[in-house]
Amino acid sequence: MNWAGLYTVVSGVNRHSTAIGRIWLSVIFIFRIMVLVVAAESVWGDEKSAFTCNTQQPGCNSVCYDHFFPISHVRLWALQLILVTTPALLVAMHVAYQQHQEKKLLVLTGHGDTKHLEEVKKHKMRISGSLWWTYICSVIFRLLFEAVFMYIFYMIYPGYQMIRLVKCEAYPCPNTVDCFISRPTEKTIFTVFMLATSGICIILNMAELVYLVVRACARRAQRDSNPTSGKSSLYGHKLSTEYKQNEINQLLTEQDGSLKDMLRRNPGLQEKSDRCSAC
Amino acid sequence: MDWGTLQAILGGVNKHSTSIGKIWLTIMFIFRVMILVVAAEEVWGDEQNDFVCNTLQPGCKNVCYDHFFPISHIRLWALQLIFVSTPALLVAMHVAYRRHEKKKQFRKGGQTCEFKDIEEIKSQRFHIQGPLWWTYTSSIFFRLIFEALFMYAFYFMYNGFRMPRLVKCNAWPCPNTVDCFVSRPTEKTVFTIFMIAVSGICILLNVAEFCYLLIKVFLKKPVFFFF
Repeated sequence: MNWAGLYTVVSGVNRHSTAIGRIWLSVIFIFRIMVLVVAAESVWGDEKSAFTCNTQQPGCNSVCYDHFFPISHVRLWALQLILVTTPALLVAMHVAYQQHQEKKLLVLTGHGDTKHLEEVKKHKMRISGSLWWTYICSVIFRLLFEAVFMYIFYMIYPGYQMIRLVKCEAYPCPNTVDCFISRPTEKTIFTVFMLATSGICIILNMAELVYLVVRACARRAQRDSNPTSGKSSLYGHKLSTEYKQNEINQLLTEQDGSLKDMLRRNPGLQEKSDRCSAC
Repeated sequence: MDWGTLQAILGGVNKHSTSIGKIWLTIMFIFRVMILVVAAEEVWGDEQNDFVCNTLQPGCKNVCYDHFFPISHIRLWALQLIFVSTPALLVAMHVAYRRHEKKKQFRKGGQTCEFKDIEEIKSQRFHIQGPLWWTYTSSIFFRLIFEALFMYAFYFMYNGFRMPRLVKCNAWPCPNTVDCFVSRPTEKTVFTIFMIAVSGICILLNVAEFCYLLIKVFLKKPVFFFF
């Protein structure tokens, strides 16, 4: 499991994201993960071996390095990127669940041939209903993680500039010892770059949040003024036009509770007005 | 996430590029990314370890290295290649958007049912016309800007493209002035000149593609330009 594996997993969610979500994903993978892997890791590669202290006291070098760098920038960024990309998996799981339910419904209503089942997999889920809430939660978690990590970064390394010299007094160093950091300017450049892209990602997430909320309110306003329109799933629409309500009721009385729940939750199939605020 | 994944992403844009664009992409990946990965990274691999200063003063080497090499050539090239390849994603996004619109139309059973299958929409090649022309031209424009910016940054930081053998350093804590010796200066100069030359060729190709697109549009009747 490496960054390429994460890319495969997360890019599957891409299809069900908004346009801003896709831009966010590209920025994450190209300007953050890729820069981390091809550039930043080699800049910080010799951070300990080239950390030199003006003393011959054994152990002083290690102790001072550990005191000033409790966790390396590169590891902090790697953790940040992993935590920030994983909320998208919530959406992936919800989409997989919805697709499973749709397939079950198709089989029950006699459309269980491979062509229809394949189309369930391929069609893009509309971000409405419970999927909307899941999506919003994932965006909020992303924002939270980004903010938390930027704060942690600022707490551990106040100021984003990497200094050339640190003065260390930890035991066993005799008195105060000058220690020199390797490649401070290059590290500062990459730190600023990574923070800037982190800021851009935060802005994109906020924009996506605002877009989703505005879209949901607009849909609700449209639905309030025109209650007969709007279905929330592809097959919901097809089935409700092909089948009369009493046939679906027949299915409801015959089938198990989970399917009844799905039909109850999925207003498009029932042709009732939508009570969900986000549809 | 590495150069291979970037190549896979950009390879998808290739289908909708002009011939010059395809040549540009090939040069990018073979003469720049590949050379960077298989050769240049090894040449610069020991740049700090083998940067030797004529002093025993601890810390002097680190400080002098940092003073003369604020950012390594390798990292600058890696950033340049990433920034120069990403405008092509604008084109990829626009093409994906158009495909999405066509699929929506196809599903609704639109009057122009020229596609038998949704799969055909996926493999269809879009001609560079109308809004796609503007997106494509903007992407070339951004590529040119990034290339030029990075070449200027390079020249500005390293005062020319030659790697000196010896640098004289007097940053604290070095006592007075100290001689520091750069590792593999000739080999580094050779690769620097090579990468700059290929960068220049890429700039020329981008300019040629830009002119080609402009000429293509002005040769057609003006009324078609805006659709």
